[in-house]
Formats: sequence, C-alpha cells, structure tokens
Amino acid sequence: MITVTVDGRDVEVAEGTTVLEAAKKLGINIPTLCHDDRLKPYGACRLCVVEIAGMRKPVTSCTTPATDNMIVKTQSERLYRLRRTAVELLLSDHPNDCMTCIGTGDCRLQELAYQYGIRENRFAGEMRDHHRIDKNPFVVRQQNKCVMCGLCVRVCEEVQGVGAIGFAERGFEAKVIPPFGKDLDCEFCGQCVSVCPTGALSGAIWAGKARMEGVEKTDTTCTYCGCGCNLTLSSNGDQVIRVTSDANNHNRGWLCVKGRFGFDFINSPERLTRPMIRREKGGTLERVSWDEALDFVAERFTKIKKESGADAIGGLCSARCTNEENYIFQKMMRAAIGTNNIDHCARY
Amino acid sequence: MSNEIVVNVCMGTGGIAAGGSQVMEAFISELEAAGVENATVKEKCRLHKVGCRGFCARDVLVDITINGNVSTYQYIQADMVPKLVKEHVVGGKPVSDWLVGEDYHTFHDNQTKIVLADLGKIDPESIDEYLAVDGYKAAQKVLDTMSPADVIQTIKDSGLRGRGGGGFPTGVKWSFCAANDSDQYYIICNADEGDPGAFMDRSIIEGNPHAVIEGMIIGAYAIGASVGYIYIRAEYPLAVDRLNMALKQAKEKGYLGENLFGSGFNLQIKVKLGAGAFVCGEETALIASIEGERGMPRAKPPFPANKGLWGKPTIINNVETFANIPQILNKGADWFASIGSEKSKGTKVIALTGKIRNTGLIEIPMGMPLKDIIFNVGGGIEGDKLFKAVQTGGPSGGCIPQQHIDLPVDYEGLASVGSMMGSGGMVVLDETDCMVNISKFFLEFTQAESCGKCVPCRLGTKRLLEILTRIVDGEGREGDIELLQELAEDVRDSSLCGLGMSAPNPVLSTIKYFRHEYEAHIKQKKCPSKVCNKLLTFFIREDMCIGCGMCARACSVKAISGQVKQPHKIDNSVCIKCGACFDACKFSAVLKE
Repeated sequence: MITVTVDGRDVEVAEGTTVLEAAKKLGINIPTLCHDDRLKPYGACRLCVVEIAGMRKPVTSCTTPATDNMIVKTQSERLYRLRRTAVELLLSDHPNDCMTCIGTGDCRLQELAYQYGIRENRFAGEMRDHHRIDKNPFVVRQQNKCVMCGLCVRVCEEVQGVGAIGFAERGFEAKVIPPFGKDLDCEFCGQCVSVCPTGALSGAIWAGKARMEGVEKTDTTCTYCGCGCNLTLSSNGDQVIRVTSDANNHNRGWLCVKGRFGFDFINSPERLTRPMIRREKGGTLERVSWDEALDFVAERFTKIKKESGADAIGGLCSARCTNEENYIFQKMMRAAIGTNNIDHCARY
Repeated sequence: MSNEIVVNVCMGTGGIAAGGSQVMEAFISELEAAGVENATVKEKCRLHKVGCRGFCARDVLVDITINGNVSTYQYIQADMVPKLVKEHVVGGKPVSDWLVGEDYHTFHDNQTKIVLADLGKIDPESIDEYLAVDGYKAAQKVLDTMSPADVIQTIKDSGLRGRGGGGFPTGVKWSFCAANDSDQYYIICNADEGDPGAFMDRSIIEGNPHAVIEGMIIGAYAIGASVGYIYIRAEYPLAVDRLNMALKQAKEKGYLGENLFGSGFNLQIKVKLGAGAFVCGEETALIASIEGERGMPRAKPPFPANKGLWGKPTIINNVETFANIPQILNKGADWFASIGSEKSKGTKVIALTGKIRNTGLIEIPMGMPLKDIIFNVGGGIEGDKLFKAVQTGGPSGGCIPQQHIDLPVDYEGLASVGSMMGSGGMVVLDETDCMVNISKFFLEFTQAESCGKCVPCRLGTKRLLEILTRIVDGEGREGDIELLQELAEDVRDSSLCGLGMSAPNPVLSTIKYFRHEYEAHIKQKKCPSKVCNKLLTFFIREDMCIGCGMCARACSVKAISGQVKQPHKIDNSVCIKCGACFDACKFSAVLKE
C-alpha cells in the first residue's frame, strides 16, 4: 500500500491506483468527461487535470498512477482555467439546442457548462456539420454533438469486442464512424449509447418521449435470459419509455440489444396477461382464473399419466427463465410427473 | 590508389530530382566510350553514386577526383557530361566555369560533420563502401568485447541526447529500458520525419543507411532487444529502397539475423511504413501505429522504456541519434563529449532554409551561435534584405528575433527564448515576412495534423487558427492578442502529447517578440510587411505605368481599366486584393500599401 496526499488529506491506496481513484476514495470529485471506471484510462478530455508536487505541468489524474508520498492538488486557479477552457472549447463546437435535445438532464457537457458558468463563448467559430441518418431502429447518431471522448469506441472494442466504430480524419474533422463512413451496421447492443456523455448517441425508441418530467424509475431484472441483468425501467404513467442499467450492479451496467431496446412488448396490446383455456379442438380461447387454469392442467396431466404412463409427458423450459426457475421445473417434471423427458433450448 | 579517377554523382532525392539519373547514365555511356580509346580511363576510372552532401540547391553536384585532387561541379545536367569527360576525366583539366564557387566551401568548411561525414562520399547501396570507412567495426567491438552495461555507460558518458526533438539523454533512456525485467524488449528507429521542410533523416538514410542499422544493433545489444523496427514514411521511397537493400546486405554478411558477428546475439530488423500522419512521429502514436491501431498518442506514464510496443520495454530513438552511436563507440565518449556545448554534446544536423543564400542540410557543433549559422554557413540573407527572425524546431517551434542572434544553438539555448531544437528545422525570415502570417502558416499545419484525440489540441488549435485568420484578414478585434495568448497557454499546458504542447509556440513567440505587428493588423488594419493582401490597397503609379495592359489582363474581377499606352487605374471598390496585378507588372508600377 502507498500513501497519497490529495488536497491536504492522506489516503492509503494499493499500488497501481490512479490519482483519480485515490481522490475518489477521499470523496473528492474531479470532473471527467472521457473517463469510465469500467474502461481503460484514456486521457482525452483533459478535464481531470491535477497538479502534482514536483511536476512542471498539470497531468491527467485518470492516467497518472499514484506513487508513495505523492502530493496532489485537485483545485487551483490554474486548473480551473484549464478545465473551463476545455469546456468552453467543447461548447464552441456544439449545437446550443439543449431545449430540444434528447440528452438534456442526462448530459455531462450540459452539467459542466452550467458548473463553469459558460454563457458567452470566447471561441465561437466554425462548427462541424455532420448530417447522417442511419437506417436502423435502435441507435440514433447526432455527430455534431459528439465530444470525441472515445467512450463509444472503447466500449465497443474493450467490452463488446466488436469494434464496429472507430476514429477517422484528423484535427477538427476527426470523427467517430463505422467503417468507410457507412451506415451503422452492428449487433446494436447499444453499449455505445449507454456510455455517451451527451446526446450524440441515443436510442431511437426513446425519441419524443419524456426526458425527466413524470418519469419514474423502477429497478428490475431482465427476463430475456438466465443472465438476469439488472435493469432500470424509466416509465411515464404506465408506459415504459427507456431502459438503462446501473454501473454498480452485477452486470456492471452492460446490456445486450434485447435487454436495452427490446421492451416494446411490455405495453403491447397483443401481450397475454391472463390465462386462457381452449376446451376442445377448434374451440375458442376463453379467459379463466389462475386457479381454474392450474386445476385444468393438473387434471389433464394426471389423466395422461394414468392412461399412458409418465413418459408420455415431456417438458420444455426456456433459457429466458432463471437458473432457479429451470431447476424447479426439472424438479417438478422428475418428482411430481415422474419423467426424465425434459429439455430447453440451452440444454440442461 | 593514387592514380585512380573517381567520379561521384549526387544521387539523393535532391540530386535525382535535379536530373541525377540522367547525369549518371550520361557518365556511364561517355566513360565507356572514352574507355575504348583510353586505357587509363578504362582501368582506373570508377563511377559512383553517392548520397546527399547537403547542398541540394546546387544539384546535380558531381565530384571528379584525379590523383587525390577533388574538383566539385555544380548544376550539372546530362548534356554537360561529354565535356566533363573529355576535358577533365580524359584531358585532366577541370572545366573551370562549372566548378563550385567560394560559397560552396564556406558552406561546408564552417560545419563539423559526424553524422553527415560520409554522406556524399560513399555509395549508400554498397555495404563494402561502408565497411571501407570502418563500418560495423563499432558493432563488432561492442558484441565481442563489451557488456550491455558498458555500452550504456559509454553512451551516458558521451552526453548524447535524443535528436528527434525531446533532447532526452540517450544513455539514460537505454538504462531505464534495460532495468525492466521482461521476456522481450524492442528497439525502434523513428524515421517518420514529418516537419515540413525537414529532410535530415531522409538524407541520412539515403546517404548512409548502414550507420543507422549499426546504431540500432548497438542499442539492441545494450537493452537486450531481439526485434527492431524502423518506422519510416512511405513518402520516402528512395530511403525505403536503400534501407531494405542495406538490411538485406547486412543480413547476408551476418550482421543481422541470428548469431550476429558470431557472438550468439540475435537481432532482426523490420521496416514499417508510415501512412503519412505527422502525429505518428510522436513515440506513443508511432507504437500504436506499429501495433496496427490508429496513430493516436497514449498518455505517459507509462513511458515506452517501461511499457512500449505490445506492452514490452521499448526504446525509440531518432535516425540521427542512431547514426551518432557507431562513431561514439569508435572514437570514444570523451571525443564526442568534447564537441558541442556544456549540456548539449556533439553536433546537430539542421535543414537550413528560407530567405537565405545557401539553403540545404548542414551539421554544426551544438552551441554554435545563430548568427554564425545564418551568416557563415548560410551565407547571409538572400537579396541583401534585412534579417527579421529565424524559426527553429519545425512547425511547432518558435520565432527568434534579431536581438537573440548571438544565441547558442543547443537544447537549452533555444528553449530559453521560447523555441526548441525539434528535429532541426531552421527557417530564416527577412523583413518581407509578416510574423502574424507566419504564425498562421504553422498553425494551419499543426491544426490539420492534430489527431483529434484531446480537446485542447483538436479544438484549441482550430480556434487559434481562426483568430489568426481573422487578424490577417483585417477582422481582428480588440482583445484578440490577449485571447490568443490565453488560449495558446492553455493548449500548451493541457494537451496530451508533444504536438499540442508545442503547437502554440509560433503564436506565443511571435506575440512575445513581434507584438507590434499584431497590433498594426488589429488596430491600424495594416500589415507592416505588406504580405496580408486583405489589408493592402493596390494602386498604379502613373509615372511608372507604360500602359501595357498586363495588369488588366491578370485581374480576374476587371477592376483595372485604361487605354493602351496610357496609365491604368485600379478601382478599389471592385478590387479583391488578390495581388495578381502586382505580380503581373514588369515595371514596378503597381504598388501596395
């Protein structure tokens, strides 16, 4: 363990800890835009600059490993000026349309602009002009809102292992694009959307729905597979409008395309919400109570078992169920019904 | 062999561009023809292609040496060759009209050549010629008799510092790398020379590639690397060819590959072509590029010496740094340390260009005063104009004014006035250069070459350029100088890599030394050097105009009118100030103010 002094307070951290992490341990918040604890340090936004005794220039705390007896200053006039300039530069090339932007309320750039009180911009000048509308139902790109933090590129490469997007061009023209600037054509997991600090990447399905007002958040578990990723459903009234996932849960906030974007079934009018019984071949389905439905099934199983033996019955379960549910199912088939005819798409 | 006749033809990129290949062919056929009748020519005459000796402005340069007497010719073209062969090679009498003049000798005599010593003398495509000038002796000595620690100590003692720009002590860097415990180490030669107007590394590789390879062998042995890379620009086709040729020859001789010089040490060197990104000259971006990633710098620490290529300890040195190594081992650290200034040892190769009489590649001892370089080696300002400033260190260097003309050119000296050594570019500016425009020129380059990763560099350089552009366009605002200064300082202090950290240098140094020029542009809307067209008014002096109409024809907006043989007039309400009339007038009748 090593000891680091941040803003006059000592903290003991393991070797290899970055200055940013050491400060965090003390509850000292250093502004960042391109940093995500779950990804490798990058050092592009330059907002997390700190002063370290013995170093001539400010350094980025996200990339600098803490060393024993290091003395760090996270606030000073000089640092404030550098951070403010960086934010002001970013805003000088960013559309001022927060009123109608999908990112409002969930935008780190907006937050920083407020914190640094940037109303007029000393650097107002040319702005990038990217107009590309992808033909996919999941991810919307508004590249003129991109701050080039590289989070999307890195999550795609480091977490998803896909590399569907990358950097192209140089200088002011530098941008994040799919290969050869074509339409985004990937597995649409939306990890990029989840890490984007601005409104540059968003879910197509979110568009035009409530951003903050009247939005209720409910933590739940994804029903698509046995992984059981934690989800947070944003709902407005009885409508689910957005799915997110907290970075501090067991799936570290990562989701797949189904978990993130496949929630329109929740409010679908075609969704079955009550049990129904078709009493004879060709007959119509009629709504019944759960008790009646379960009694009906039990009665028919008992009959089949009596007439043709337990092995006349087979059970197929689903990979969408949890491990526990699948376990209980096979237990029921083996113990209650008395057959080994059980399976599901991912096999037992 | 005293009665030998040797003809050397300059066949660097400069020489070839000036017609070197044709001159070479002409010599081949003329000497063959002469050899039929003349037995001495047939038996004793050797024709040589040699690398660049630095004075490319005078190409094609040809040396004819008879009995040890060297005569050097300049501006030689193929049609001049028959006369040279007939009168000098066969007849023994130099063609005096075509010989180089006194300035050729002042250019060379005021230099101290270590790295460039054999350029222009040996055939870069022949390993035997390199061996004849003690080539690979240092490598052999190192592998036969020295321990890696001894080699590092020798380089440390010599005081050699990185020639790529940073000026970090080479021996210290090597010792940092060697101190790591790793299963693999790499050595990389940075030949991604990207500064506009710089051609030090290209000329060294084109003129003496084996010296670089030998330097790499010694470095690899010192740190224990078995794999080396030479990262070179694809835009240097001749250098790439000669490098590949040299690597092949060295391998055939057993100086590369396995069991070098029978010592048991292995080293293979691979060539990796750069795809034309300036930022790939930055070491971490270069490493990313070799790994197949986009060339974008990575945050340091970790430094490449600890975690470099593929995460292994890696040494990256510049071409010129490596080319110094064999000489240091051959002649000793003390010899090297005796050249140069207190903290900067040895020599520096410099690409001298701009408004100067003798442009070209020069090598001077560290610490030589700026004025000696400009007025002795460089022969003074072209056209007897007044010296204004010298821009050193490539596009990210600073401009040094007249008041610092006695400044010693070494790492500390240049840094003390807000400039830098960089890779060794030196652009001389005279009274007709506008410093605001110069600063804009360099920002255009660095801005376009920013990789786009970090905010201050990507957007800061763009905004700096925009402010400079409005100043030279006459739209400068009150407070722009302060805004430039503030932003330039922030970009310098918070950028990720050397590109962004140094890109503001031209802005900061020109504001520091030439603030009055900025003020004239902003407040008086005047360009004192009469360069910024939008701030000028063009008019025609009636007494000088002969009415030839050239200006009117050159004018694309028909702003000039007048009868033939009568003085013409410019309508300033129509004029777009492009300056075409000024360039077109042969009688200096068009004036700008």
